Amino acid sequence: MAKKIIVPCKVKMPEQPAGERVHNYQEVPYGYTPEEAMEEARRCLQCARPTCMDGCPVNVNIPGFLALVADGDFQGAVDMIKLTNALPAITGRVCPQEVQCEGVCVLNKKFEPVGIGRLERFVADWEAGQGKIAIPQAPPQTGRKVAVVGSGPAGLTAAADLARMGHEVDVFEALHEPGGVLVYGIPEFRLPKAIVKREVDYVKSLGADVHLDFIVGSVATLDELLEKYDAILLGTGAGLPWFMGLPGENLGGVYSSNEYLTRVNLMKAYRPEYDTPVSRGNRVLTIGGGNTAMDAARTALRLGSKESIIVYRRSRAELPARAEEVHHAEEEGVQFNLLTTPVAFHGKDGRVTALECIKNELGEPDASGRRKPVPIEGSNFFIEADVMVIAIGQSPSPLIANTTPELKTMKNGTVAADTATMKTSKKGVFAAGDIITGGATVILAMGQAKIAASAIDEYLKTGVW
Amino acid sequence: MYKILRKEVFSETVKLMVLEAPLVAHKAKAGQFVIVRMDETGERIPLTIADFDAEKGTITIIFQEVGKSTMQMGLMEEGEYFENVVGPLGHATEIKNYGKVIVVAGGVGIAPIFPIARALKQAGNHVTAIIGARNKSLLFWEDRMRAETDHVIICTDDGSYGRKGLVTEPLKEILEQNKDIAQVWAIGPSIMMKFASLTTKPFNVPTLVSLNTVMVDGTGMCGGCRVVMDSGAKFVCVDGPEFDGHHVDWDLLLSRLSFFRDEERQAVERWKEQDHKCRTDIMFENGIKEGQNG
Ligand SMILES: Cc1cc2nc3c(=O)[nH]c(=O)nc-3n(C[C@H](O)[C@H](O)[C@H](O)COP(=O)(O)OP(=O)(O)OC[C@H]3O[C@@H](n4cnc5c(N)ncnc54)[C@H](O)[C@@H]3O)c2cc1C
Ligand SMILES: Cc1cc2nc3c(=O)[nH]c(=O)nc-3n(C[C@H](O)[C@H](O)[C@H](O)COP(=O)(O)OP(=O)(O)OC[C@H]3O[C@@H](n4cnc5c(N)ncnc54)[C@H](O)[C@@H]3O)c2cc1C
Ligand code: SF4
Ligand code: SF4
Ligand code: FES
Repeated sequence: MAKKIIVPCKVKMPEQPAGERVHNYQEVPYGYTPEEAMEEARRCLQCARPTCMDGCPVNVNIPGFLALVADGDFQGAVDMIKLTNALPAITGRVCPQEVQCEGVCVLNKKFEPVGIGRLERFVADWEAGQGKIAIPQAPPQTGRKVAVVGSGPAGLTAAADLARMGHEVDVFEALHEPGGVLVYGIPEFRLPKAIVKREVDYVKSLGADVHLDFIVGSVATLDELLEKYDAILLGTGAGLPWFMGLPGENLGGVYSSNEYLTRVNLMKAYRPEYDTPVSRGNRVLTIGGGNTAMDAARTALRLGSKESIIVYRRSRAELPARAEEVHHAEEEGVQFNLLTTPVAFHGKDGRVTALECIKNELGEPDASGRRKPVPIEGSNFFIEADVMVIAIGQSPSPLIANTTPELKTMKNGTVAADTATMKTSKKGVFAAGDIITGGATVILAMGQAKIAASAIDEYLKTGVW
Repeated sequence: MYKILRKEVFSETVKLMVLEAPLVAHKAKAGQFVIVRMDETGERIPLTIADFDAEKGTITIIFQEVGKSTMQMGLMEEGEYFENVVGPLGHATEIKNYGKVIVVAGGVGIAPIFPIARALKQAGNHVTAIIGARNKSLLFWEDRMRAETDHVIICTDDGSYGRKGLVTEPLKEILEQNKDIAQVWAIGPSIMMKFASLTTKPFNVPTLVSLNTVMVDGTGMCGGCRVVMDSGAKFVCVDGPEFDGHHVDWDLLLSRLSFFRDEERQAVERWKEQDHKCRTDIMFENGIKEGQNG
């Protein structure tokens, strides 16, 4: 092959201008045209040792699919991705590519990496646009039954794999809509719900049944499910929101990010024909620096708040959110109050009016390797606001563990599992996703679900635990 | 989809519905609740399971129309369907033989207290029921309560039936005259539960209340239902709904409950403008009056 000419920058992806998009809920980037996609795919050097793949938790054959995109064989490309990643339309949009595939692309040392996420998204959308998503032929049925608990990325991925292996799959979901964080947490402007629905429909088309309004632990315990099913996959996520335990935290107008985002996304409070209320607020403060915090802060602007401010205890470099989200938030006018820690909520007549904060400086690196924020004595100050959203993290809900004494959990509430097989301490029960890792990423949840599905298949065949 | 098998109109603003919900009915216990959603655009509304029949696969809900969602639910008829019913949620009441107990119900609180009173009686307790309502027309299930308890005292605010006055008065009298009351349950509007708890406090009689905070998911995921106890914040949906009334921060609870009042009022107004004018005018006025007390 002739030596490749390096194109230093990504082909620009057109997107809604910031001034316009803060007034609507439509997706921000429009996605590539076929020509743009082919041009971007041609930037890939087709490395003999593709480092990019080391960064992908599900081992997508990145150079392979990029070569097909470059040739205009989009169907071939999407088929290749789907060998290891069932939800490319979603991962292309939400993976933290800058620390995964794109972060370790060789080009990234000196130039912009190949836009792997964008291209993954492009081919998945292209396929959906063709209107005929290929449904693999139904395999011979094994007669074995698996219960999948939770319909987030972990549950959906495992359900799809298990159905394709010929097992009978029932998915149980507590909420009235399947999708997990993809429907209740991540906003429409970042991940259109039609895409999630498409993936859910795909899983159903493979033969999996989805039962909504079904809370495992209360409607049926794991032991009761095991009377009817040969194995269980727990994909119940990390839904329990953390609070800070600060004075005034329970004043009206102080929300967990889960409540704020659920009111808006799942219950569609932003649409007038829906009944669920949410406080719009003139000035909205969001505490935290992850994707959840960016989503809340950007949602606040779209609900009509005049100002949206993020309060984060470390510096900009440590913000755990995807780079693209931080960039989009800044473009939209979200303000960042960095190196700032809340110390108390103040209010009047039961409603929150101000957040008292203290300024930090960066000290020595802590256990996470990031420099630790150290409060500067006497630097207390107030930020006035009428809505405050706490987005500092979440852990698994204790509901199932409480009703299943043999299920071993860790101190932080996560379920203990062998990461080679995703087996838990209870026979027949596997687990994957945020329930194991605590709040992590969509792609990690899917990766674990794939491991679990193979291990379940093995277990059903051999009966060996 | 969950079918409405039977509807009973107790008063202009209080309705009973029997719903087909076999999975819930199979597991339900006294003290638990469901969350219902009328249709695609509806809110998720928490309601106590007022009765259940595991064999028939049915549950009974009784609700008071206080806002747009409950008013709209009130217009639903037999044969129609709820889009979603999820439950049973929350912990069941701890039923055992305590000895002598009192159950106090305010308004629509008769619904949640009924299965508790019945279970307590079946467990061998001597059960006295104190039922209060704004007026006679808002009372229901007096006959069922009489059949399932040892003694029933009725109070109305306006004296249109039973004793004139608040439920806390007979409650105090009984506690003064009987030193052997083992436990009290009080369920109704938050303000009534607050005062019932204040009434029993000097007598040191444990008093359980069933809190009706604002909720979204009912599974411990949003924290919107949080309430502050002496021991710290709790989620009503998964840690409750029953709590020791002597340890609840009532003022905070009451202020959190009124948080969406403006939004809810606007929702009712917008809805009324559409077409349900005259009927809902009456319901709105009654509902908000009662809702505010509650
Ligand atoms: C606001 C927000 C933004 C995020 N942004 C990103 C991003 O940009 N990129 C990224 O990679 N990750 C992101 N994440 C993290 C990512 O969404 C999660 O890591 C991922 O969804 C975990 O998948 P899961 O299947 O393990 O769990 P979940 O998605 O949490 O799904 C769990 C499902 O189980 C159901 N369930 C729970 N308990 C029960 C029960 N007892 N019975 C029945 N059903 C039950 C829940 O209702 C839920 O539907 C974000 C998270 C949030 C909250
Ligand atoms: C565990 C639990 C069990 C419940 N059981 C019953 C029941 O068996 N029967 C019944 O009639 N109601 C019950 N409720 C209360 C019921 O859920 C609310 O009345 C209902 O959600 C109001 O909806 P809405 O849209 O019609 O009114 P909204 O428009 O939401 O509210 C109208 C007015 O009522 C106030 N309000 C809102 N929510 C509540 C609430 N949860 N409690 C008191 N006031 C409120 C508002 O501040 C407003 O002033 C229960 C609540 C909980 C949490
Ligand atoms: S799945 Fe995520 S990490 Fe893997 S190639 Fe796609 S975008 Fe990159
Ligand atoms: S590392 Fe970058 S350039 Fe090399 S194959 Fe992967 S995407 Fe292409
Ligand atoms: S209703 Fe959401 S946590 Fe209780």
